[in-house]
Amino acid sequence: MEAINDEKVRELKLKANEIRKWVIKMVYAAQSGHPGGSLSAADILAVLYFHELHVDPKNPDWPQRDRFVLSKGHASPAYYAALAMRGFFPEEELLKFRKVESFLQGHPSLMVPGVDMCTGSLGQGLSAGIGMALAGKMDSLDYRVYVLLGDGEIEEGNVWEAAMTAATRKLDNLVAIVDRNKIQLDDFTDRMVELDPLEEKWRGFGWRVISINGHDIVQIIRALNEARKTGGRPTVIIAHTVKGKGVSYMENTPVYHGKPPQSEEEYEKALKELEEERRGI
Amino acid sequence: MNWDYESPRKAYGETLVELGRERDDIVVMDADLSTSTKTAMFGTEFPERFFNVGLQEQNMMGIAAGLARCGKTVFASSFAVFATGRAYDQVRQSIAYPRLNVKIVATHGGITVGEDGASHQMIEDIGLMSGLPNMRVIVPVDSNEVRSVIRFVASEDGPFYVRLTRTALPNLTDGDFKFGKGAVMRDGTDMTIIATGIEVGYSLKAAELLKEKGIDMQVVNMSTIKPIDRDIIIKSARDTGLIMTVEDHNIYNGLGSRVAEVLSENYPVRMLRHGMRDIFGRSGRWDTLLSHYEMDEKGIAKVAENFYKEVKS
Ligand SMILES: Cc1ncc(C[n+]2csc(CCOP(=O)(O)OP(=O)(O)O)c2C)c(N)n1
Ligand SMILES: [Mg+2]
Repeated sequence: MEAINDEKVRELKLKANEIRKWVIKMVYAAQSGHPGGSLSAADILAVLYFHELHVDPKNPDWPQRDRFVLSKGHASPAYYAALAMRGFFPEEELLKFRKVESFLQGHPSLMVPGVDMCTGSLGQGLSAGIGMALAGKMDSLDYRVYVLLGDGEIEEGNVWEAAMTAATRKLDNLVAIVDRNKIQLDDFTDRMVELDPLEEKWRGFGWRVISINGHDIVQIIRALNEARKTGGRPTVIIAHTVKGKGVSYMENTPVYHGKPPQSEEEYEKALKELEEERRGI
Repeated sequence: MNWDYESPRKAYGETLVELGRERDDIVVMDADLSTSTKTAMFGTEFPERFFNVGLQEQNMMGIAAGLARCGKTVFASSFAVFATGRAYDQVRQSIAYPRLNVKIVATHGGITVGEDGASHQMIEDIGLMSGLPNMRVIVPVDSNEVRSVIRFVASEDGPFYVRLTRTALPNLTDGDFKFGKGAVMRDGTDMTIIATGIEVGYSLKAAELLKEKGIDMQVVNMSTIKPIDRDIIIKSARDTGLIMTVEDHNIYNGLGSRVAEVLSENYPVRMLRHGMRDIFGRSGRWDTLLSHYEMDEKGIAKVAENFYKEVKS
């Protein structure tokens, strides 16, 4: 594990910024896709792919690799950007996202190098993560398994079946991260389903719970470090985030859950704001 | 047949609102897709009779069953893949088996979902729902028909599955829906295309292309998949001797399979099922995908011509 120095933090901030720019470019080129939940997860993905995960872009199927399941599969733009930037496939491919000639499917698919699980139908990824964590223990491999979930997603009953099982099976090699951006598709989460007290729910299901600001690189790194020390319990990181983070007109608005910038002006504005953010890093 | 394009989802939302005004037993449910399925239109006007349960398709179907058991007429909506796939066992055990008054109206059926890709392109729903005893299955051909189908299912007791598409559809009918009846949309003598949903319009256009090649196609719209109209299938087989089915669905367990069953039991003639040939779809614009899988007018015309030549030569 690398020490957290300022240089590393700056590098990761720049990676997150680059992921965000790709998200905007990809959904605009595709005229389709989900920017809101991609932008809220950009910092988490930057830390995972440029600090935490032991993966080998030259050997995506390396059996000892850490596993990552993007259970909130609609955040594929941010995920694919991270994979391309990490070297799993050329960055030029990103602009073909969602086009018929591309392998970059709208939702994560095993067609994409570096993807460990097909996702998109929400609520299923944590189960797959349990399977991977169990297999790691069976085969005495010390890889770790990370699953990123949406806060709307965890309304699915399947998530809580998995939550109980992961605790029962003492899967300390499993980390769930909930992107707590407080918005789902139709509306704000608290206007649809009462999720709070969220931390207590997971604790009640037998998990170690760590709450962080999901846009703070240092807090993300620390939480992932902490998660290694649980001894016999799975860890959930509740990452408090802002949906649409980094693009002012997308922040905290349900409408940009699933639609690209609506005009050339909106597109330029988004990229300009992200470029300004980069200069400040 | 004015071929004006109209959104079937919007027609659904509007009809729900009308029904809500006429009847207070109408209850509408959704699972965090109400802005896409257009049930939100009902929710705005009747918040006390609208239950958007969040990302909980299985729970939604169970709750719908409970509401129906207490006298409500329930419309439950989501994308086709989630309404029928995710919640299949709830639909089977809690709605179909007790024959409760729940109308499952799903949008985004088929590959014409487009960019979201295979995970969201439901090509097995007609099969899943047709396989359930007590379940009746309707695929409206256009938005005018959506309006009459939604009114029809609201007036009939028991469960229905109604499959809508994401994309706008050309209006080919004036909404004179007859449950359990197919309709001849174009007369012809050489071969019959039986199509459903979005593929009816493309089949009609394909028939025009084939006319230029001297092949005279009959086109039948089959809006009701279950119970299927046996008479019209047998009559078309008698009159034209050759049948092709076209659907935005897997060729297994959909319209093609139903037509094959009727023909083989009653009046065997050569037939060809066209649609998704037991493969998952992929991401792309909906119209690009239709041409990619030869399910637009050019694709259908090509497949039909090859089949015709193969059989007649
Ligand atoms: C089982 C299932 N039901 C419905 C959908 C449609 N859908 C896609 S994203 C979404 C909202 C997700 O909200 P959340 O999990 O909070 O994601 P985020 O805010 O991180 O984008 C919905 C309802 C789906 N993909 N899967
Ligand atoms: Mg959310």
